Amino acid sequence: MSGDFLDQIFIRGKQWLLSLLAGSPDLLLQIASSLINIAAVMGVFLTLFALISVLERKILGRIQNRYGPNRVGPFGLLQPAADGIKMLIKEDIVPLRADKVVHFLAPLLMVLPAILALGVIPYGRNMTAFAIDGGILFVFAVGSTTELAVFMAGWGSNNKFSMLGAMRAIAQMVSYELPLTLTVLPVVMIVGSLSPDAIVAAQGGYAHGFFPRWFVFTPWGGAAFVLFFISGLVESNRTPFDVPEGESEIVAGHMTEYSGFKYATFFMAEYFGMFAISGLAVTLFLGGWHAPLRLLEVVPSYLWFFAKLSALLFVFIWIRGTLPRTRVDQVMNFAWKFMLPMAFTCILSAAVWHYQAHGLAGWLWSLAVVAGVYAALSWLLDTRRKFAPRTYRFAE
Amino acid sequence: MTPTLQHFLIISAALFSIGLLAALSRRHAIFILIGVELMLAAANLNFVAFWRFGPVTPQPVGVMVALFSIAIAAAEAAVGLALIIAVYRHYRTTNVDRLTSMKG
Amino acid sequence: MSGAAFIAIAVLTLASALAAALLKKLIHAALCLALCFVGVAAFYFLLGAEFVGLVQVFVYVGAVAILIVFTILLIAREYDPPAPFKWVGAFVALAVFTALTWSILKTTAPAGATPVLAPITVRQIGDSLMTSYVWPLQCIGLILTAALVGALVLAMEERP
Repeated sequence: MSGDFLDQIFIRGKQWLLSLLAGSPDLLLQIASSLINIAAVMGVFLTLFALISVLERKILGRIQNRYGPNRVGPFGLLQPAADGIKMLIKEDIVPLRADKVVHFLAPLLMVLPAILALGVIPYGRNMTAFAIDGGILFVFAVGSTTELAVFMAGWGSNNKFSMLGAMRAIAQMVSYELPLTLTVLPVVMIVGSLSPDAIVAAQGGYAHGFFPRWFVFTPWGGAAFVLFFISGLVESNRTPFDVPEGESEIVAGHMTEYSGFKYATFFMAEYFGMFAISGLAVTLFLGGWHAPLRLLEVVPSYLWFFAKLSALLFVFIWIRGTLPRTRVDQVMNFAWKFMLPMAFTCILSAAVWHYQAHGLAGWLWSLAVVAGVYAALSWLLDTRRKFAPRTYRFAE
Repeated sequence: MTPTLQHFLIISAALFSIGLLAALSRRHAIFILIGVELMLAAANLNFVAFWRFGPVTPQPVGVMVALFSIAIAAAEAAVGLALIIAVYRHYRTTNVDRLTSMKG
Repeated sequence: MSGAAFIAIAVLTLASALAAALLKKLIHAALCLALCFVGVAAFYFLLGAEFVGLVQVFVYVGAVAILIVFTILLIAREYDPPAPFKWVGAFVALAVFTALTWSILKTTAPAGATPVLAPITVRQIGDSLMTSYVWPLQCIGLILTAALVGALVLAMEERP
């Protein structure tokens, strides 16, 4: 069957490459297999990074009613190459009083967790680079080391803006790590496994023959997906939560004292973090590589994964082009007063759904739980009752 | 060479001794905390090594003890660091040898 | 394979632990401590306890190291003369290490040693946590809450 062949074409390619090494010791085969996986993941995501960096500027240009880069190559598509060369030949400045070793290691440690996290995500049927039993926990474990890298960048630069930016970044990353982890828990509870492959497998098939069983279509899953996405925005320091690098207040935050290729590495870390968060969201809530309709299953699975990934990346860019930057206190208040209770509500709602045997009654009950808590929270956190209504004296 | 139980025990003994060195030789409160954390990590490593190489039990006791001990260590670090901050605010020093106001 | 990995991880862990104990600057020591914790987590992976290794990285590198680094940031504002290195501690540590190594080498491994145990799965750990270890789990929750409140009270600004 041709559909099946296209679906497994990369697996077959890898098996063919490994068959060239047939007869060699097991150790060599293992290493070769790992190297092929690493090369594939890195190749795909470096290409995607180049593509997204130019697409982001073009989409932002469209949103802001201008053209965006369109001079280098056809439609400006060779812009990443020009940017790369520019970054490489720029002077690398290290401040005189900087902590040299820490200053040097910070960008490397920043990009490492994002790349490692990309390894455990299933990109298609049988296409997980590093299948591990506790894959979801692995993503969070390596993701939590990013904070240390941010601190190293801030401390190593020996600059007050860097330090302030790093402290802001760590404060908000620590705060939003709680909702990020807690919103994953309902999925883990329902599936009963921490393995990304098992989570994707649990979302296969269609209810009533046509409706996909993705978790985003359940009340708790939908709410958890939105919360997860907001936390992901914060974790990757994207607008509207980019207070750590707010230009108008603290130059560029922890990246102030970085130039040339080290700065490019930070840029890369931000994008790889975005890919990792989006890939995780697709895996956890959007059905992974499953097709939305039974008819469309002829399209290879990895294409579905990357279609969903691109859609989420577009939302990232769209939000950046649309929303203004929040204030520091607003970010923190939002985390502790809204995100955390809502994350716990998702867990409760998933439990209700589970004990009503995943049926229509459970669907309605869990929707009632989420909606009730949301209404109560928004009533409690409504600040309009505290302040007099704003009057616009000159803008009428 | 396949690592055996004794290899792991020697590694954790070395880790424990390094922790002891940090806690005894450096009189800075944070170095003492670092030493204590190293010693706890060494003990955890022992638990997991004994679980791996010991007789098969219905419950993974060694792993469980290690998990609980990691949780306790997190609580210990939080309280310890809060204590260090409180002491520093009061005495303007973190050298534990100079905290002598209770000395008769 | 396993032997080479063991030696590499051992060198990494012990070197970074020594650096954490002996480096002059507090920040460098704290960062080396984080590296040492990663090494210990790698040992857990080698021992087939993946979950413990991941929890180790999550809790120690993600939380404890950050806490230590933040505390250093908060207290290192003024010049605090470094305490002199006490050689007594080095001798005691060396003596303890010698004694431990001697006793480890003199003892034979337990009779029921089975190095072919399958790696522990997350499901097994979850089953144990929810059946035999429910009470310890609840106690841990209580302790963590108490520690949270206690740390907050201790570190809060003193108001007259």
